[in-house]
Amino acid sequence: MKKLIPFFTTLFSSVVAYADYAMPIQGNKYAAEVDSLYGFLLNVSLFSFVLVIGGMIFFVLKYKRKTDNDGTPYISHNNTLEFLWSFIPFLIFMFVFAWGWKLYYQAKAYPENAFEVHAFGRQWAWDFQYKSGRMSTGEMVVPVGKPIKLIMTSSDVLHSFFIPAFRIKQDVIPGAYTALWFEADKEGEYQVFCAEYCGKSHSTMYAKVKVVSQEEFETWLAADPMKAYDGLNLADRGLKAMKTKGCNACHYLEKDQALVGPSLYGQFGAKRNFVDGSSGVVDEAYIRESIKMPNAKKSVDYENGIMNLIPVNEKEISWIIEYIKSTSKK
Amino acid sequence: MSKHHHAHHFDSAEAEFEASKFGVWVFLCTEILMFGGLFVGYILYAGKYPEVFEAGSQFLDWKLGAINTAVLLLSSYTIAISIRNIQTGETKKAINNMIITLLCGFAFMGIKGYEYNHKFHLGLYPGKYFSYDAKAHHGDVKDTAPGDHNKPELMDNLPENIPMYFSFYFLMTGIHGTHVLIGMGLIFWCLMRTRRGDFSPDYYTGLEGAALFWHLVDLVWIYLFPLLYLV
Amino acid sequence: MSQPGQNYLNHEKGLWSWLTTLDHKRIGIMYMISVFTFFFIGGVFAMLMRLELFNPEPLFAAQTYNQMMTYHGAIMTFMVIIPGVPAFIGNFILPLLIGAKDVAFPRVNLLSWYCLMVGAAISFATLFFAGVDTGWTFYTPYSIQTNGTVLMVLGAFVMGFSSILTGLNFIVTIHKLRAPGMDFFKMPLMVWALYSTAIIQVLATPVLAITLLLLAAEKLMGVGIFDPALGGDPVMFQHFFWFYSHPAVYIMILPAMGIVSELITTFSKKTIFGYRAIAFSSIGIAAVSFFVWGHHMFVSGQSQLAAVIFSFITMLVGVPTAIKTFNWVATLYRGSIEFRSPMLYALGFLFLFTIGGVTGIMLAVIAADVHFHDTYFVVAHFHYVMVGGTLMAIMGGVYYWLPKMFGKMYNELGAQISFLFIFCGFNITFFPQFLLGSYGMPRRYHQYLPEFTSLNQISSVGSWTIGVGFLIGLGVIVHCIKWGPKAPKNPWGGKTLEWTTDSPPIHENFETTPVVTEGPYEYGK
Repeated sequence: MKKLIPFFTTLFSSVVAYADYAMPIQGNKYAAEVDSLYGFLLNVSLFSFVLVIGGMIFFVLKYKRKTDNDGTPYISHNNTLEFLWSFIPFLIFMFVFAWGWKLYYQAKAYPENAFEVHAFGRQWAWDFQYKSGRMSTGEMVVPVGKPIKLIMTSSDVLHSFFIPAFRIKQDVIPGAYTALWFEADKEGEYQVFCAEYCGKSHSTMYAKVKVVSQEEFETWLAADPMKAYDGLNLADRGLKAMKTKGCNACHYLEKDQALVGPSLYGQFGAKRNFVDGSSGVVDEAYIRESIKMPNAKKSVDYENGIMNLIPVNEKEISWIIEYIKSTSKK
Repeated sequence: MSKHHHAHHFDSAEAEFEASKFGVWVFLCTEILMFGGLFVGYILYAGKYPEVFEAGSQFLDWKLGAINTAVLLLSSYTIAISIRNIQTGETKKAINNMIITLLCGFAFMGIKGYEYNHKFHLGLYPGKYFSYDAKAHHGDVKDTAPGDHNKPELMDNLPENIPMYFSFYFLMTGIHGTHVLIGMGLIFWCLMRTRRGDFSPDYYTGLEGAALFWHLVDLVWIYLFPLLYLV
Repeated sequence: MSQPGQNYLNHEKGLWSWLTTLDHKRIGIMYMISVFTFFFIGGVFAMLMRLELFNPEPLFAAQTYNQMMTYHGAIMTFMVIIPGVPAFIGNFILPLLIGAKDVAFPRVNLLSWYCLMVGAAISFATLFFAGVDTGWTFYTPYSIQTNGTVLMVLGAFVMGFSSILTGLNFIVTIHKLRAPGMDFFKMPLMVWALYSTAIIQVLATPVLAITLLLLAAEKLMGVGIFDPALGGDPVMFQHFFWFYSHPAVYIMILPAMGIVSELITTFSKKTIFGYRAIAFSSIGIAAVSFFVWGHHMFVSGQSQLAAVIFSFITMLVGVPTAIKTFNWVATLYRGSIEFRSPMLYALGFLFLFTIGGVTGIMLAVIAADVHFHDTYFVVAHFHYVMVGGTLMAIMGGVYYWLPKMFGKMYNELGAQISFLFIFCGFNITFFPQFLLGSYGMPRRYHQYLPEFTSLNQISSVGSWTIGVGFLIGLGVIVHCIKWGPKAPKNPWGGKTLEWTTDSPPIHENFETTPVVTEGPYEYGK
């Protein structure tokens, strides 16, 4: 008997350790609370499993058939037992329901003073916009120790914003706004996944949450995002900009092959026949129009494709033009 | 008169009849759930876009809808009477009542056809095919809803997603109309079988089933009519 | 009176006699061939998926994988697991279990098989015209933009009728055709299970029908009900869809539980513990199942209140499920246990379904679900209950009733080896997926970050093991049907009515209508 207590303590704490192992890093206190809940669920489940399946295995071995004429007792039911093993699970279920509710309520109680960021899901990237006007794609920088509220929508189909480290997730819906909030305890970089099937590149619609100190955040917010391109020539800037904004999800940038949309490699000067019957050439104006009004002049070969309006400023457009020109010199 | 032999797995003709009736009732439950889903959709969107549904319903003539309601109610009555006739051996009366039921069905579909045609003429097609031009058709339709609900001025200034109303209208009346046609087919088949002498006071299961189906078709319309025409 | 040697298999000869049969036993066998075929096709897609996922870098083009993922789900859901027990096993065994000569409406029964086949053909046709990649759940607005959607949902619509007609038939059969003396509480629990299932089939499937019709209308006409560009609500689709699809999962598990009740009691030679509790639990689960659909939508944008209510009611549906599990284990107590293959599958069911069930409770906890939703954790959960649960029960039921169906005994060693491969392979495939999910890997991903590699590789190796297991199983079954030794009337010492008649049964099932005077599991008396 005495040996059982340390045995079970070890077993159950290893289950809790397993829960920590099986979960991503705890990005904040809320994540730790969810993990505690999961640890509890795992322990109760393991206990029930051992009881039920252990009992099952014990019975089938102990009561293995000895002769073909074995008699068995006629035990039709036992009301006390039935009641107990209905009521006790019911109590456990109610307990975990309430615990889950409590945490969910916390997750939905958006703090009044939360720092708001707008997030947009699109096929196949995440864009972020800050109230200062700062925009970014694929990377959301936030200050540590402050509640952050995301106001989210989609430009096209359903997506879902999932930050495993914070144990939070929320679908983003075209035509509606949904919200999410978190407060990061420590600096670091956390993975974001899209968690609602949205087509071809659903698996690679990654983003990162970068949690930094307040000063670093303010520096970043005020900084010119164009600085990331310092030291590169215009064509290289164009390639980098397109990759950052996720253009390569639908267009091959470095080879001449069709994807969801036409390749952008070596296309400067190419002829195009448009859906409305007219035709033209891929020049500076056409490239710019294709970005600013994506579906205005579609090539007949891509009639059914729909391109999203992606935030690109004038300087970035000129880099993209230079990149496409540079690959077309041959 | 041919004697009906009940199927081998039933103990008696009564058992077979009871089972068949039960089966038809279970099937009617499935129909209620299917139409129910459609009604839930309608109610939710009418709640979300009340101006769309109010404007759209102006194009429906409630008097025609009321006539159709009366027609279906009459037809439910006549098909029920035809069963009574079979039970008392009055086959000729049964046949006449079935014919009246069918005529009512034709009348219903005829009025429906007229309504659909009028809408197509105005360009009131469902969803993306909608092409109504208020200026061209001003004054075409009047007095479409009873009393306070009558607001013909709404037809001149339709909300942007008005095609949604007509999608629902055509879907609901279309699916219902399909069921009317199926019901008429079933009753026609019963009519043929009665003429052939298949039915007798001891056996009229097919007619019972067809009549029950017809009552459901009537019941669904009883809900459709106020929802579409009166509110 | 039938001649000696005459049974339902040789009653009439030729393909046409099968395709126009009104005999529930023949219809059951036709369903068996259909379901097994669809299972292998769906299984091939699964193996290809796991092959792709063996490495983080993709093997196939993204859209190829996404389509495979969709067809795997649609085939397994609509063509295997939903018809699997009711239409295949249920059709064969229900009239025998209640002492009847056939189901209430044999022609409707045949029609239901044709609905499945025609619907399946329509759905498969999309593979050749326009591959669908929406996932079997067809969420809008992506499904509105995808080309093959209309045809695929038309196929599902037709297959839905197969399910409705089967359910309708079973309800009337159970009410009206029970043998004299068999009141409701003398029915075998398999019948209670089929009855509860039939209620769901009849009440839930029509809602799927209208949902699919509305989806098709949205795509063809632009109704504006689900498409946000036209003023519609994409989340509304999810409500409509899950209103059917949640009860549908109970269509999948309830009849499987019925099989488990039969197997446990026969192979313990002991009366079932808590007959009424199990019977009422089946009805209870069927009833409550209609009110929990929102637990698939905790992060979809539904209100907090809705989420809380759905979580609460989901907990309630867990209670009767737990009751059944405890009752089955209690039946083993002081029984006389025989480890034949059907029993192995029943015990395997208990093991795997318990894991599936407790992880279901975890998913019902809102805060936990927010993390687990749309990750591999959910994939693992539903495979544990649908494959570890339903499929195991189907295999157990097949070996149990195979001697009755064909009058031949299968090779026990072969069946046990098949079980071992399937049971072990299953755990190797799916247990790592709980870890992948809790660790954050989302589902429906055709490529993944390198940190998920080792668990994915283990899972893929597991899938090859299951594949081998099922191939061996197929071999055992085919071998049995063609070359198995003759089976007696009652190879297992079962107490239910099907064991009182010949193996295989005569066309009319019983020489004379049985009269029932006692309960179905009167061992030990």
